[in-house]
Amino acid sequence: MKGMTVIVQKVTQIMCGIIFLYGIYIIVHGHLTPGGGFAGGTIVAGSFILLIIAFSSEFLALKKEETGSSILESSAILIFLVVASIGLLLGGIGIFFINFLPKGTIGNLISAGIIPIFNIAVGIEVAAALLTIFLALLIYRDEVIK
Amino acid sequence: MWILLTVLLVLMIGGAIFSLEAKDLLSAVIAYGIVGFGLVILFLLLQAPDLALVQIVVEAITLIIMIAVILNSTREEVKTKSKRTAAYVVIAIVFAGLFLYFFNRVTGSLSTFGEHMLRMSQAYIEPGAATTGSANLVTGVIFDYRGYDTLGEATILFTAVIGVLTVLRVKGRR
Repeated sequence: MKGMTVIVQKVTQIMCGIIFLYGIYIIVHGHLTPGGGFAGGTIVAGSFILLIIAFSSEFLALKKEETGSSILESSAILIFLVVASIGLLLGGIGIFFINFLPKGTIGNLISAGIIPIFNIAVGIEVAAALLTIFLALLIYRDEVIK
Repeated sequence: MWILLTVLLVLMIGGAIFSLEAKDLLSAVIAYGIVGFGLVILFLLLQAPDLALVQIVVEAITLIIMIAVILNSTREEVKTKSKRTAAYVVIAIVFAGLFLYFFNRVTGSLSTFGEHMLRMSQAYIEPGAATTGSANLVTGVIFDYRGYDTLGEATILFTAVIGVLTVLRVKGRR
Protein backbone atom coordinates (compact mmCIF):
# COMPACT_ATOMS: atom_id res chain seq x y z
CA MET A 1 0.00 0.00 0.00
CA LYS A 2 1.47 3.33 -1.04
CA GLY A 3 1.13 6.35 1.22
CA MET A 4 -1.19 9.22 0.43
CA THR A 5 -0.25 12.77 -0.64
CA VAL A 6 1.81 15.19 1.45
CA ILE A 7 -1.28 17.20 2.41
CA VAL A 8 -3.02 14.17 3.91
CA GLN A 9 0.15 13.06 5.71
CA LYS A 10 0.76 16.52 7.25
CA VAL A 11 -2.85 16.88 8.42
CA THR A 12 -2.68 13.36 9.84
CA GLN A 13 0.48 14.21 11.77
CA ILE A 14 -1.29 17.14 13.41
CA MET A 15 -4.68 15.51 14.00
CA CYS A 16 -3.66 12.01 15.05
CA GLY A 17 -2.40 12.86 18.53
CA ILE A 18 -5.41 15.08 19.21
CA ILE A 19 -7.81 12.29 18.20
CA PHE A 20 -5.90 9.83 20.42
CA LEU A 21 -6.09 12.20 23.40
CA TYR A 22 -9.81 12.75 22.77
CA GLY A 23 -10.36 8.99 22.89
CA ILE A 24 -8.46 8.75 26.17
CA TYR A 25 -10.58 11.61 27.55
CA ILE A 26 -13.80 9.89 26.49
CA ILE A 27 -12.72 6.63 28.18
CA VAL A 28 -11.53 8.18 31.45
CA HIS A 29 -14.50 10.54 31.81
CA GLY A 30 -16.96 7.80 30.87
CA HIS A 31 -18.78 7.94 34.18
CA LEU A 32 -19.20 11.74 34.04
CA THR A 33 -19.90 12.75 30.42
CA PRO A 34 -21.47 10.97 27.42
CA GLY A 35 -19.28 8.21 26.04
CA GLY A 36 -17.41 5.47 27.78
CA GLY A 37 -15.30 2.46 27.01
CA PHE A 38 -16.97 1.46 23.75
CA ALA A 39 -17.00 4.93 22.14
CA GLY A 40 -13.54 5.92 23.42
CA GLY A 41 -11.97 2.62 22.37
CA THR A 42 -13.25 3.03 18.82
CA ILE A 43 -11.86 6.59 18.67
CA VAL A 44 -8.42 5.41 19.86
CA ALA A 45 -8.45 2.61 17.28
CA GLY A 46 -9.55 5.14 14.64
CA SER A 47 -6.52 7.33 15.30
CA PHE A 48 -4.18 4.38 14.67
CA ILE A 49 -6.10 3.32 11.56
CA LEU A 50 -5.89 6.90 10.22
CA LEU A 51 -2.13 6.86 10.74
CA ILE A 52 -1.76 3.52 8.95
CA ILE A 53 -3.93 4.59 5.99
CA ALA A 54 -2.32 8.01 5.50
CA PHE A 55 1.24 6.74 5.70
CA SER A 56 1.84 3.40 4.11
CA SER A 57 2.29 0.23 6.12
CA GLU A 58 5.90 0.05 4.91
CA PHE A 59 6.74 3.57 6.09
CA LEU A 60 5.58 2.87 9.64
CA ALA A 61 7.84 -0.20 9.85
CA LEU A 62 5.04 -2.42 11.09
CA LYS A 63 6.44 -5.69 12.30
CA LYS A 64 3.95 -7.52 10.09
CA GLU A 65 2.49 -9.04 13.20
CA GLU A 66 -0.52 -8.33 15.33
CA THR A 67 0.74 -10.18 18.42
CA GLY A 68 1.00 -7.02 20.54
CA SER A 69 -2.55 -5.82 20.07
CA SER A 70 -3.85 -9.37 20.30
CA ILE A 71 -2.17 -9.92 23.68
CA LEU A 72 -3.38 -6.50 24.90
CA GLU A 73 -6.93 -7.37 23.91
CA SER A 74 -6.89 -10.73 25.67
CA SER A 75 -5.42 -9.27 28.85
CA ALA A 76 -8.00 -6.45 28.90
CA ILE A 77 -10.91 -8.88 28.94
CA LEU A 78 -9.06 -10.90 31.61
CA ILE A 79 -8.78 -7.77 33.79
CA PHE A 80 -12.51 -7.16 33.28
CA LEU A 81 -13.36 -10.68 34.39
CA VAL A 82 -10.96 -10.66 37.37
CA VAL A 83 -12.27 -7.33 38.71
CA ALA A 84 -15.82 -8.63 38.33
CA SER A 85 -14.94 -11.84 40.19
CA ILE A 86 -13.27 -10.06 43.12
CA GLY A 87 -16.75 -9.02 44.26
CA LEU A 88 -17.67 -12.71 44.34
CA LEU A 89 -14.72 -13.53 46.61
CA LEU A 90 -15.33 -10.74 49.13
CA GLY A 91 -16.78 -12.19 52.29
CA GLY A 92 -20.35 -11.71 53.37
CA ILE A 93 -22.07 -10.41 50.25
CA GLY A 94 -20.45 -12.38 47.43
CA ILE A 95 -22.21 -10.97 44.36
CA PHE A 96 -20.75 -11.05 40.86
CA PHE A 97 -20.19 -7.50 39.49
CA ILE A 98 -20.76 -5.83 42.88
CA ASN A 99 -19.35 -2.32 43.26
CA PHE A 100 -17.00 -3.00 46.17
CA LEU A 101 -14.87 0.17 46.08
CA PRO A 102 -15.94 3.38 47.88
CA LYS A 103 -18.13 5.51 45.65
CA GLY A 104 -16.89 9.00 46.56
CA THR A 105 -18.81 12.14 45.67
CA ILE A 106 -20.83 12.13 42.45
CA GLY A 107 -19.18 14.23 39.75
CA ASN A 108 -15.54 13.84 40.80
CA LEU A 109 -13.11 12.22 38.38
CA ILE A 110 -12.23 9.52 40.92
CA SER A 111 -15.65 8.28 41.99
CA ALA A 112 -18.20 5.58 41.22
CA GLY A 113 -16.08 2.72 42.59
CA ILE A 114 -15.15 0.12 39.98
CA ILE A 115 -17.00 1.70 37.06
CA PRO A 116 -13.93 3.70 35.82
CA ILE A 117 -11.82 0.49 35.99
CA PHE A 118 -14.40 -1.35 33.87
CA ASN A 119 -14.47 1.61 31.47
CA ILE A 120 -10.69 1.56 31.00
CA ALA A 121 -10.64 -2.24 30.56
CA VAL A 122 -13.42 -2.15 27.96
CA GLY A 123 -11.73 0.78 26.21
CA ILE A 124 -8.46 -1.13 25.86
CA GLU A 125 -10.41 -4.21 24.74
CA VAL A 126 -12.37 -2.40 22.01
CA ALA A 127 -9.38 -0.40 20.73
CA ALA A 128 -7.11 -3.46 20.57
CA ALA A 129 -9.84 -5.60 18.97
CA LEU A 130 -10.58 -3.14 16.14
CA LEU A 131 -6.87 -2.54 15.53
CA THR A 132 -6.22 -6.31 15.48
CA ILE A 133 -8.93 -6.89 12.87
CA PHE A 134 -7.58 -4.03 10.71
CA LEU A 135 -3.99 -5.27 11.01
CA ALA A 136 -5.06 -8.83 10.19
CA LEU A 137 -6.75 -7.64 6.97
CA LEU A 138 -3.69 -5.55 6.06
CA ILE A 139 -1.17 -8.32 6.73
CA TYR A 140 -3.33 -10.84 4.86
CA ARG A 141 -3.29 -8.62 1.78
CA ASP A 142 0.46 -8.09 1.96
CA GLU A 143 1.09 -11.82 2.33
CA VAL A 144 -1.27 -12.74 -0.51
CA ILE A 145 0.30 -10.19 -2.87
CA LYS A 146 3.76 -11.43 -1.97
CA MET B 1 -39.15 18.51 15.30
CA TRP B 2 -41.24 15.73 13.77
CA ILE B 3 -40.91 17.28 10.27
CA LEU B 4 -37.12 17.03 10.58
CA LEU B 5 -37.37 13.44 11.84
CA THR B 6 -39.68 12.50 8.95
CA VAL B 7 -37.39 14.07 6.33
CA LEU B 8 -34.37 12.26 7.79
CA LEU B 9 -36.20 8.94 7.94
CA VAL B 10 -37.40 9.25 4.32
CA LEU B 11 -33.81 10.08 3.27
CA MET B 12 -32.49 7.04 5.16
CA ILE B 13 -35.10 4.73 3.62
CA GLY B 14 -34.23 6.10 0.17
CA GLY B 15 -30.54 5.49 0.78
CA ALA B 16 -31.21 1.93 1.92
CA ILE B 17 -33.35 1.16 -1.15
CA PHE B 18 -30.76 2.70 -3.47
CA SER B 19 -27.93 0.71 -1.90
CA LEU B 20 -29.93 -2.46 -2.59
CA GLU B 21 -30.61 -1.55 -6.20
CA ALA B 22 -27.34 0.15 -7.24
CA LYS B 23 -25.30 -1.51 -9.96
CA ASP B 24 -21.96 -0.08 -8.79
CA LEU B 25 -20.88 -1.53 -5.44
CA LEU B 26 -18.99 1.62 -4.37
CA SER B 27 -22.05 3.83 -4.78
CA ALA B 28 -24.08 1.19 -2.93
CA VAL B 29 -21.73 1.43 0.07
CA ILE B 30 -21.78 5.24 0.00
CA ALA B 31 -25.58 5.20 -0.14
CA TYR B 32 -25.52 2.84 2.82
CA GLY B 33 -23.47 5.47 4.65
CA ILE B 34 -26.49 7.80 4.41
CA VAL B 35 -28.39 5.38 6.67
CA GLY B 36 -25.64 5.32 9.29
CA PHE B 37 -24.93 9.03 9.42
CA GLY B 38 -28.66 9.84 9.31
CA LEU B 39 -28.99 7.62 12.37
CA VAL B 40 -26.29 9.73 14.09
CA ILE B 41 -28.33 12.91 13.54
CA LEU B 42 -31.47 11.11 14.71
CA PHE B 43 -29.73 10.06 17.94
CA LEU B 44 -28.56 13.64 18.52
CA LEU B 45 -32.07 15.02 17.90
CA LEU B 46 -33.57 12.44 20.27
CA GLN B 47 -31.02 13.41 22.96
CA ALA B 48 -28.93 10.25 23.06
CA PRO B 49 -25.32 11.55 22.81
CA ASP B 50 -23.81 8.26 24.05
CA LEU B 51 -25.30 6.32 21.15
CA ALA B 52 -24.45 9.09 18.67
CA LEU B 53 -20.77 8.98 19.70
CA VAL B 54 -20.52 5.22 19.23
CA GLN B 55 -22.53 5.26 16.00
CA ILE B 56 -20.51 8.00 14.25
CA VAL B 57 -17.13 6.40 14.98
CA VAL B 58 -18.19 2.83 14.17
CA GLU B 59 -19.93 4.04 10.99
CA ALA B 60 -16.80 5.88 9.82
CA ILE B 61 -14.48 2.92 10.48
CA THR B 62 -16.76 0.30 8.90
CA LEU B 63 -17.29 2.53 5.84
CA ILE B 64 -13.52 2.91 5.45
CA ILE B 65 -12.99 -0.85 5.71
CA MET B 66 -15.84 -1.66 3.29
CA ILE B 67 -14.62 0.89 0.74
CA ALA B 68 -11.09 -0.50 1.04
CA VAL B 69 -12.40 -4.02 0.43
CA ILE B 70 -14.40 -2.90 -2.62
CA LEU B 71 -11.49 -0.94 -4.12
CA ASN B 72 -9.28 -4.02 -3.77
CA SER B 73 -11.81 -6.48 -5.19
CA THR B 74 -14.42 -6.09 -7.89
CA ARG B 75 -16.67 -3.05 -8.29
CA GLU B 76 -19.20 -4.66 -10.55
CA GLU B 77 -22.09 -6.62 -9.18
CA VAL B 78 -22.40 -10.16 -10.46
CA LYS B 79 -25.43 -10.27 -12.73
CA THR B 80 -28.16 -12.65 -11.71
CA LYS B 81 -31.43 -13.00 -13.54
CA SER B 82 -34.40 -12.75 -11.19
CA LYS B 83 -37.82 -13.57 -12.46
CA ARG B 84 -40.41 -11.11 -11.22
CA THR B 85 -43.75 -12.67 -11.87
CA ALA B 86 -47.09 -11.24 -10.85
CA ALA B 87 -47.39 -13.68 -7.95
CA TYR B 88 -44.32 -12.22 -6.22
CA VAL B 89 -45.71 -8.68 -6.54
CA VAL B 90 -49.10 -9.74 -5.13
CA ILE B 91 -47.43 -11.52 -2.19
CA ALA B 92 -45.25 -8.47 -1.47
CA ILE B 93 -48.23 -6.11 -1.52
CA VAL B 94 -50.27 -8.39 0.76
CA PHE B 95 -47.48 -8.65 3.32
CA ALA B 96 -46.78 -4.90 3.20
CA GLY B 97 -50.47 -4.22 3.80
CA LEU B 98 -50.59 -6.69 6.70
CA PHE B 99 -47.46 -5.13 8.22
CA LEU B 100 -48.85 -1.60 7.95
CA TYR B 101 -52.19 -2.67 9.46
CA PHE B 102 -50.63 -4.34 12.50
CA PHE B 103 -48.08 -1.49 12.88
CA ASN B 104 -50.97 0.94 13.00
CA ARG B 105 -52.83 -1.22 15.53
CA VAL B 106 -49.78 -1.46 17.81
CA THR B 107 -48.67 2.17 17.67
CA GLY B 108 -52.23 3.44 18.01
CA SER B 109 -52.51 2.11 21.54
CA LEU B 110 -49.21 3.63 22.71
CA SER B 111 -48.87 7.12 24.14
CA THR B 112 -47.10 9.95 22.30
CA PHE B 113 -43.56 9.29 21.06
CA GLY B 114 -40.92 10.23 23.60
CA GLU B 115 -43.28 11.09 26.45
CA HIS B 116 -43.98 7.61 27.72
CA MET B 117 -41.86 6.32 30.58
CA LEU B 118 -42.04 2.78 31.83
CA ARG B 119 -42.34 1.99 35.53
CA MET B 120 -39.24 -0.17 35.13
CA SER B 121 -37.08 2.64 33.73
CA GLN B 122 -38.27 5.00 36.46
CA ALA B 123 -36.90 2.53 39.01
CA TYR B 124 -33.50 2.86 37.30
CA ILE B 125 -33.52 6.60 36.62
CA GLU B 126 -34.56 7.98 39.99
CA PRO B 127 -32.09 6.28 42.40
CA GLY B 128 -29.53 5.61 39.62
CA ALA B 129 -26.92 8.25 40.42
CA ALA B 130 -27.12 7.61 44.16
CA THR B 131 -26.73 3.82 44.03
CA THR B 132 -24.05 3.58 41.34
CA GLY B 133 -22.16 6.80 42.15
CA SER B 134 -21.86 7.54 38.42
CA ALA B 135 -22.96 10.95 37.13
CA ASN B 136 -23.55 9.55 33.62
CA LEU B 137 -26.56 7.29 34.04
CA VAL B 138 -25.90 5.33 30.83
CA THR B 139 -22.48 4.19 32.07
CA GLY B 140 -23.99 3.43 35.47
CA VAL B 141 -26.56 1.13 33.86
CA ILE B 142 -24.04 -0.49 31.50
CA PHE B 143 -21.41 -1.34 34.11
CA ASP B 144 -23.45 -1.69 37.29
CA TYR B 145 -27.04 -2.83 36.74
CA ARG B 146 -26.26 -4.59 33.47
CA GLY B 147 -22.74 -5.86 34.12
CA TYR B 148 -23.47 -9.31 32.73
CA ASP B 149 -24.59 -7.84 29.40
CA THR B 150 -21.40 -5.81 29.09
CA LEU B 151 -19.32 -8.90 29.84
CA GLY B 152 -21.23 -10.67 27.06
CA GLU B 153 -20.59 -7.83 24.61
CA ALA B 154 -16.87 -7.82 25.39
CA THR B 155 -16.80 -11.60 24.93
CA ILE B 156 -18.54 -11.29 21.56
CA LEU B 157 -15.88 -8.82 20.41
CA PHE B 158 -13.13 -11.14 21.67
CA THR B 159 -14.66 -14.10 19.81
CA ALA B 160 -14.99 -12.02 16.63
CA VAL B 161 -11.29 -11.16 16.75
CA ILE B 162 -10.36 -14.80 17.26
CA GLY B 163 -12.54 -15.74 14.28
CA VAL B 164 -10.95 -13.10 12.03
CA LEU B 165 -7.45 -14.18 13.03
CA THR B 166 -8.31 -17.84 12.44
CA VAL B 167 -9.65 -17.16 8.96
CA LEU B 168 -7.11 -14.60 7.77
CA ARG B 169 -3.74 -15.58 9.16
CA VAL B 170 -1.68 -17.37 6.53
CA LYS B 171 1.23 -17.75 8.92
CA GLY B 172 -0.75 -19.88 11.37
CA ARG B 173 -1.70 -22.43 8.72
CA ARG B 174 1.85 -23.32 7.82
